[in-house]
Amino acid sequence: MASLKLARFLLNSNRKFPNQFSCFTKTSCNLQRRLFSDVTQQSSINLSSSPPTSPPPFHDSTTTSGGAGFGRRTPISSSLNESELLKFSSIAETWWDSQGPFKPLHVMNPTRLAFIRSTLCRHFRKDPCSARPFEGLKIVDVGCGGGILSEPLARMGATVTGVDAVEKNITIARLHAESDPVTSAIEYCCTTAEKLVEEQRKFDAVISLEVIEHVANPAEFCKSLGSLTVPNGATLISTINRSMRSYAAAIVGAEYILRWLPKGTHQWSSFLTPEELVLILNRASISVQEMAGFVYNPLTGRWALSDDIGVNFIAFGTKNSQ
Amino acid sequence: MNRIVAKRVVTTFHSFKVVRRGLSNDAVIGANSPSTNDQVNTAYKEKLDLTNDPYDIAVVGGGMVGMAFACALSSMPLTKQLNVAIIDSNPALGKQDNIKKDDLPDPRVSTVTPAAISFFKDIGAWQYVLQHRHAYFDKMQVWDYTGLGYTRYTASDVETDILGCVVENKVLQSSLLSCLQKNTEFQKTVYPSRLTSMTVGLPTQPNSATSGIAKLDLSDGNSLFAKLVVGADGGKSRVRELAGIKTTGWNYSQNAVICTVKHAVENHCAWQRFLPAGPIALLPIGDNFSNIVWTMSPKEASDCKAMSEDDFLKAVNHALDYGYGPHPQSNSDGYSGDHSWEVPPNVIELASERMVFPLSLKHAKDYVANRVVLIGDAAHTVHPLAGQGVNLGFGDASALSKIIADGVAVGADLGELSLLKKYEAERKPANLMMAAILDGFQKAYSVDFGPVNILRAAAFQVAHYVSPLRRNIISYATGRQKWPLLF
Ligand SMILES: Cc1cc2nc3c(=O)[nH]c(=O)nc-3n(C[C@H](O)[C@H](O)[C@H](O)COP(=O)(O)OP(=O)(O)OC[C@H]3O[C@@H](n4cnc5c(N)ncnc54)[C@H](O)[C@@H]3O)c2cc1C
Ligand SMILES: C[S@@+](CC[C@H](N)C(=O)[O-])C[C@H]1O[C@@H](n2cnc3c(N)ncnc32)[C@H](O)[C@@H]1O
Repeated sequence: MASLKLARFLLNSNRKFPNQFSCFTKTSCNLQRRLFSDVTQQSSINLSSSPPTSPPPFHDSTTTSGGAGFGRRTPISSSLNESELLKFSSIAETWWDSQGPFKPLHVMNPTRLAFIRSTLCRHFRKDPCSARPFEGLKIVDVGCGGGILSEPLARMGATVTGVDAVEKNITIARLHAESDPVTSAIEYCCTTAEKLVEEQRKFDAVISLEVIEHVANPAEFCKSLGSLTVPNGATLISTINRSMRSYAAAIVGAEYILRWLPKGTHQWSSFLTPEELVLILNRASISVQEMAGFVYNPLTGRWALSDDIGVNFIAFGTKNSQ
Repeated sequence: MNRIVAKRVVTTFHSFKVVRRGLSNDAVIGANSPSTNDQVNTAYKEKLDLTNDPYDIAVVGGGMVGMAFACALSSMPLTKQLNVAIIDSNPALGKQDNIKKDDLPDPRVSTVTPAAISFFKDIGAWQYVLQHRHAYFDKMQVWDYTGLGYTRYTASDVETDILGCVVENKVLQSSLLSCLQKNTEFQKTVYPSRLTSMTVGLPTQPNSATSGIAKLDLSDGNSLFAKLVVGADGGKSRVRELAGIKTTGWNYSQNAVICTVKHAVENHCAWQRFLPAGPIALLPIGDNFSNIVWTMSPKEASDCKAMSEDDFLKAVNHALDYGYGPHPQSNSDGYSGDHSWEVPPNVIELASERMVFPLSLKHAKDYVANRVVLIGDAAHTVHPLAGQGVNLGFGDASALSKIIADGVAVGADLGELSLLKKYEAERKPANLMMAAILDGFQKAYSVDFGPVNILRAAAFQVAHYVSPLRRNIISYATGRQKWPLLF
């Protein structure tokens, strides 16, 4: 039964991450440099976008496809990494092809949603046996792509806003959500987290999965996510670890990269380690409460939640109340 | 109260959503009342206009398996809020429970395995079965006409109380209906009609394999939309055909003759004897009655149906006793009286008409397609020996309902192929295995040739005397174990 599985997640949640976080000090010098690239400019994260960054094509929905029109300057820092966005724009048509380039996200979806379900139900004291436990929660899905995550969140009862910097993604997401009244209620916008902050939008939960490795400035991006979260609200981020194993698995690993992901989707050096993520979230007033790894079983072709955060991982944090 | 209406039967609407259809739970609608028909038509029109508000699940076929699946959905917290349509023109679906305890037992019965019984208990349907005629049995004896082999086992061999329970199909059916009606929270709509055509996916959504919803057209002119279509429409499944799912298998050149018979004493054992033309089974059905399922050639079957009652009874008693060959030797070494061979109780009276059914082995190549999933006989028909047919279907219903609950938990699109594939992965290998075993048995007995007979008998003897093997076989046959011969 599903409830049994959920119970297992709840049990597993008492993980040993606090100990792992204590190893920060060793690398903190390094981290400072990497994490705050806006200060040091010479950053290993910010690979391709040229600072100072430019505004996204927020409401300029007619002409934009991905990276187009980033030339204007504004005072707000931008998370946009133009070359990454171009890659997504070029494969936007394939979002809902479960065997296409986004297959890993489709396959991973039930697993990461199980984590989201258990953490949010616990945090917001929602009934985990309910079919729509997120009823009454406002959730934003930052970097929603074609809506692979937004749709299930809506089905679970949440009031969902999905945003993505690539106009084509938003078009696909809207089209796909149309067939069902529940998902057609999702508010999709081509915009960025920074822009939502500017508009002073607030959400009970801010979720951004597999996005942070593609943004220009992870630290600033996390700050935006923090600002979008109501006090005592929740923030969830998932990404790929910068470990030797992830390098092997995600970049070199033939199956992952050749069969699933188009070449160049990820640049290993722009990945964050769990420690780095915890640190930059901390600076964004988000304290990470729980972390889990996703491990892929090539035999079953499925993902499972585990303690192993060596490759893919997800973090659940809460916004400090102040 | 009678819930049949001309267009549709509307059951309960204690919904957490807005009540979309115009009829309430308590509406008593006469089938012939014009005013209420108008009401129904209005309700129906409203529904048509809401084409973008589809059902979560449409169950095509309200037979035992389709109903068990619907009950399972209504019994779990995660799935009881789903909006479900059930399509079947079978009048039993609209009926009150009008089975009387002193009616003679119907010849259509099922041997329900302990695994299926616990499924019925989980979904809350077994209590209704217990209110009607049913016969638990704790002994089983299988032997063959050569007199060379037999096996006999009791529930205590596998540390249980029972090996199974024989129940009339109509009792299972009405128990499931009572169970469904009791769960008033569950939103279900019964369409007393038949599926004629089906369209899956909307062309407006390019490049999305999982896109769209299914549109179902019914024989009464109604149409409905659903995110998932569950084909529970039996061996000649229309859903399977419309989804373009192919089958493998063959028709046995065999028929089954079924009927109810009476003894002078009560029977507590399930008996099965392999005869040259096929097996004959004598299953207890309570009071002094038993059920007969006798497999034979079509010619013999029509003879059996035509012959006088007396001749038929003679033939049955002959087939269960000295007919075709000697009694097996009861080896008493090591085994108490419980395990020695016995003669089945004599049949003294025919208590129902004799019905003839053709048998076939059919297995769907796929159990799932985009937004379509098959359960029960729609996915597989097996030889009725060992009474596994409907039990495999109950296993399907149970597995699919749990996978749907898991899907609901993570907000999945219920018609998504990746979700449905989990069901296929769980059920198809298990069902294929059972089908192959039953077919193998059937084949082994379609040859009457000395050496083969001895081999068969040897297999029986091994099964009878090697305790772990014997426990294993019983566990498998009673549905407690998914795979045979894994110690
Ligand atoms: C002689 C014989 C003996 C058997 N003995 C046993 C036994 O002892 N034990 C056992 O476990 N099994 C036995 N079986 C097998 C068992 O009867 C079947 O496995 C079981 O009935 C399958 O249930 P089902 O719900 O899948 O299909 P069915 O019982 O065939 O139900 C299908 C339902 O779908 C409906 N339907 C069909 N087409 C449409 C359509 N186009 N639109 C809407 N509705 C539709 C029908 O009206 C029906 O109600 C036996 C079978 C035979 C033939
Ligand atoms: C790997 S996809 C993840 C999609 C989705 N979150 C999921 O997990 O299913 C990354 C998405 O982030 C978007 N993206 C990248 N940088 C972004 C930014 N700075 N702001 C908003 N969206 C961004 C891309 O367009 C792409 O759709």
